[in-house]
Amino acid sequence: MTTTPTPDAGPKATPHTTGNQGNQMTSMRRRLLVLVAAVLVLAGVGTGVVLHAADRADRANQPHAGYPTVSAGRLSLGQKSRVMFVNAAPGPHRTAVASVPSTDPDGSRTASSLKCARFYAAAGTGVCLQSNPGVLKQSNRALLLDADLRTKRTFPLAGTPSRARVSPSGRFVAWTVFVSGESYSSAFFSTRTSILDTRTMRLTPSLETFSVIKDGESYHASDINFWGVTFASDDDTFYATLNTADKTYLVRGSLSRRTVTTRVENVECPSLSPDGTRVAFKKRVLSRTDLWHEYVLDLRTLRETPLAERHSVDDQATWLDNRTVAYALPTSGNVKTTDLWSVPADGTGNPRLLIAGASSPAPL
Amino acid sequence: MYLTDRSQPAQADPGQARRRGPGRGVAPVVLVLGTVSLITDISSEMVTAVLPLYLVTTLGFSPLGFGTLDGVYNGVSALVQLTGGHLADRIRNHKLLAGLGYGLSALCKPLLLFAGSIGTLGTVLALERTGKGLRTAPRDAMISLSTPAGNQGRAFGVHRAMDTTGAMLGPLAAFLILRAAADGYDAVFGVSACVAALGVLVLVLFVPGKAKENRAAEKESRAEEEIGPDAKPPVRLREALALLRIPRLRALAGCAALLGLTTVSDAFVYLLLQRRAGVGEQWFTLLPLGTAVVFLLLAVPVGSLADRIGRRTVFLAGHAALLTAYALLLWAPAVPAAVPLVLALHGTFYAATDGVLPAALSAVVPEQLRASGLAIVGTSQALARFCCSLAFGAAWTMWGDGPALAGSAVGLLCCAAVAGMVLRPAGGHR
Repeated sequence: MTTTPTPDAGPKATPHTTGNQGNQMTSMRRRLLVLVAAVLVLAGVGTGVVLHAADRADRANQPHAGYPTVSAGRLSLGQKSRVMFVNAAPGPHRTAVASVPSTDPDGSRTASSLKCARFYAAAGTGVCLQSNPGVLKQSNRALLLDADLRTKRTFPLAGTPSRARVSPSGRFVAWTVFVSGESYSSAFFSTRTSILDTRTMRLTPSLETFSVIKDGESYHASDINFWGVTFASDDDTFYATLNTADKTYLVRGSLSRRTVTTRVENVECPSLSPDGTRVAFKKRVLSRTDLWHEYVLDLRTLRETPLAERHSVDDQATWLDNRTVAYALPTSGNVKTTDLWSVPADGTGNPRLLIAGASSPAPL
Repeated sequence: MYLTDRSQPAQADPGQARRRGPGRGVAPVVLVLGTVSLITDISSEMVTAVLPLYLVTTLGFSPLGFGTLDGVYNGVSALVQLTGGHLADRIRNHKLLAGLGYGLSALCKPLLLFAGSIGTLGTVLALERTGKGLRTAPRDAMISLSTPAGNQGRAFGVHRAMDTTGAMLGPLAAFLILRAAADGYDAVFGVSACVAALGVLVLVLFVPGKAKENRAAEKESRAEEEIGPDAKPPVRLREALALLRIPRLRALAGCAALLGLTTVSDAFVYLLLQRRAGVGEQWFTLLPLGTAVVFLLLAVPVGSLADRIGRRTVFLAGHAALLTAYALLLWAPAVPAAVPLVLALHGTFYAATDGVLPAALSAVVPEQLRASGLAIVGTSQALARFCCSLAFGAAWTMWGDGPALAGSAVGLLCCAAVAGMVLRPAGGHR
């Protein structure tokens, strides 16, 4: 039996090696050597990559120049004239809920010990969405907070935190997560939006159980997704985004009747103004691209006004007052952190940097 | 060392008798290919596990619509499989085609780091799937060609068990890295690339190449035709298409497609479990793990069983398990055992079908067209499942999840009955 060395067996496996058995042995030994060498090199590269990333993660926890000082302190939702947010400035308080006076947003920050991926608060009720990578699965939770940012209740989440809102009265809390079934044959994405009544502690795990009225008719579909809830002050009306058949709609919902009705197309992440007359939202500029422009929709006339922000806004905006909206934009040169910007809600003026290195604003 | 330098059927290998455990009676090539798949699956599942997180938290994407894209990619992957299978037969080099497929997927891993927009990311993922499509048929052909007819079920069972082990280790590795380095998605992709490269290397070093693979066949051809070892006329497209004239292959491809049309995709099964059996939110992402564990544990024993009592019986029994799972989901009894039972049945379905179908093909497809034959059946099954996903989604839209599932169950029952009739043992085949 003649054994022809495979072309892959390495250049040294030459056919003139004496003897069949010897040839095979040498060839196998060489291949094993190549394997061992490759394993060592690849393990080295892999370890290097992980150590580099770990080092970078450590450095992100060191304070950097160019950001205001952050000091630990006690925060309360009862404090007036302050803006709360999730601090993204590098340092030990990164991802902690922090606050600044609304008159001096550039000033030094007070940070709590609470760390969140998303945060919102109103009228003494707070919500904090957390995401911690685990060994078998991510552990995602929603924390219901009292006025001193103490956890009152914890709810498990089915996916990665996306949006969080509290009704103006503080009674209702909503959150949206991205769900992915980690099936090894297909990636499967959807959103799940839950609403909690903090008075009865009744949780609606998915808005998809609400009946949908689309274009005046009852509508059923398996591909319905909701995200970005915003509450009106009557503790019944809410607005949200509904996605089905590749289209997004602004829906107006009723908590008591458990229904939603479609209003306008191509509206995402609505945010209701404090006076309840307008909705700030992001509008997809080009279908199938991730480019949005921030608009304000007058709910009475359905007139849309583009805001002065020229960057693509992928955030659920927050109204600082009836004339100004705030939103997060990626920090230029660093996509991993965001800055908070504000812009007049009537389409005039220019965007202004509100708080550098921050996300999830909540005006108190 | 007998590990890779033998390519004769396993019963001719004196090393076989000495081995014990699940690998016993399985050609060394199968174990090497199983190792390659295990390593590659660790690599690809590392990425799959963190991709949603990466998209949302780091790139700030809303990953909606990815489901549709994913379906399209799977369709592309199925069609590429046909090309890969035919090319492998045509150039008579299964290893080269499989290597190209594994290599392409490996190259995509570091590219993920530079994919900053949904467009480039989509392209990289499409290339990754193309690599997967290219390698599937040649790899299965190598398993099939290196194993005697009576051991095919076991050999494919061993391969699938190793493959699934990798799929389970991948997410574990990814989360260990993310624990060591917060936001270290680049580290996950980098390590994934290293692991994928190792998989390609194991394939290149330890899977016997063209020369050995076809040695037996070439001896025959030399005796007959008196020409050089590589001058055997290449397999032409016409010959591959002529495969469809083999009644048994037509029957198998037809039945695979028919049953595929009523096989609800995994994602829907988990969603149905969540909605109908009330699985808690926090457990949702663990559901695929349940299926995988059962698949992993049963792949080898069920494959051996198929070799003994007949692949048709086991293949149909697998679909009976799936039908039982549908019935349980429809009934949705409020007992805690319902969920693990559905997952166990789902895993049993995979163990009894995923490797058993290619095993059954070994007796049907001539050696020089093995990869083409495997690709034809694999593609018809994958495309049918893709159609089923679309139809199931539409049915759910119109009538709700219960009626859609009931429809699938009735369809599956009918298709299984037809398949049972069509696949009746004929001419001594089982």
